[in-house]
Amino acid sequence: MSESLSSIDRALIAATQSGLPLVPKPYHALAAQLGLTAEAIMARLSAMQAQGMIRRIAAVPNHYALGYQANGMSVWDVVDAEIDRLGAQIGALSFVSHCYRRPRRLPQWPYNLFVMVHGLDRDEVAHKVAQIAALLGEAGRGQQLLYSSQILKKTGLRLV
Amino acid sequence: MNLDALDRAIINRLQTGFPICARPYQAVAEELGTDEAELLQRLEKLLAQQILSRFGPMYHAEKLGGGLTLAALAVPAAQFAAVAAQVNAFPEVAHNYRRDHTLNMWFVLATETPARIAEVIAEIEKQTGLPVYNLPKETEYFVGLQLSV
Repeated sequence: MSESLSSIDRALIAATQSGLPLVPKPYHALAAQLGLTAEAIMARLSAMQAQGMIRRIAAVPNHYALGYQANGMSVWDVVDAEIDRLGAQIGALSFVSHCYRRPRRLPQWPYNLFVMVHGLDRDEVAHKVAQIAALLGEAGRGQQLLYSSQILKKTGLRLV
Repeated sequence: MNLDALDRAIINRLQTGFPICARPYQAVAEELGTDEAELLQRLEKLLAQQILSRFGPMYHAEKLGGGLTLAALAVPAAQFAAVAAQVNAFPEVAHNYRRDHTLNMWFVLATETPARIAEVIAEIEKQTGLPVYNLPKETEYFVGLQLSV
């Protein structure tokens, strides 16, 4: 987000990073705020979305408030030669919201596959984690399940 | 928290995406069989009650040319609240969660430039006296949260 961000993009991000205006014509409201036309704002947001700079314009749910009391980060030590193949399979499971490969930090942290699993309760999460374990088979050499116990901060990206 | 059928429909529908057009709330309201004013009122309430954390563009830090990483700390229990406050004070900390493990504080850094990741990590280490475990993404297999209610 350095010199490569145009001043319009920077202004648009700053104006919307905490949310879209809750008025009937939100893009017109942004246009008035930024001194541009609504058409320009809508065109730029569409382009940013098409390029993946915006994943989507959407609501971010609060798991706990919606009854999903069990939110577990399941982590696995997966054989390096197998992880891309297996990671893709696990990512395709309907109940997986995030699935990444990350580096090990030995000796304390030997896990290289991170999978977020959500459930109404821990039984549901345990059942889902078991499905992941079954998929990994012997390629999964170790695992942990780290439940979230508290949201300390959840603002999303904020340009300084 | 008392959610009726329309609240649920709004929560499910708004997670999937939102139109870019002159009257987007009107468009979604029609899809859901309600009116623009009702949708706006309910959305305001869902946000005020933090049933929805946020509603708006979900920016991708890396696609914007910035940095993004997941990091963790092993914080002694007695220091936890103080360290949480120190870490949260950084605007670059987009999310921060307590988890049940020796590594008990997990946070996402979203920075203006990739170089700033190392700077923020160094600053957190200096302020807290604790080593940061930096766990950047090497491969993304899937990202797509849809919590059905």
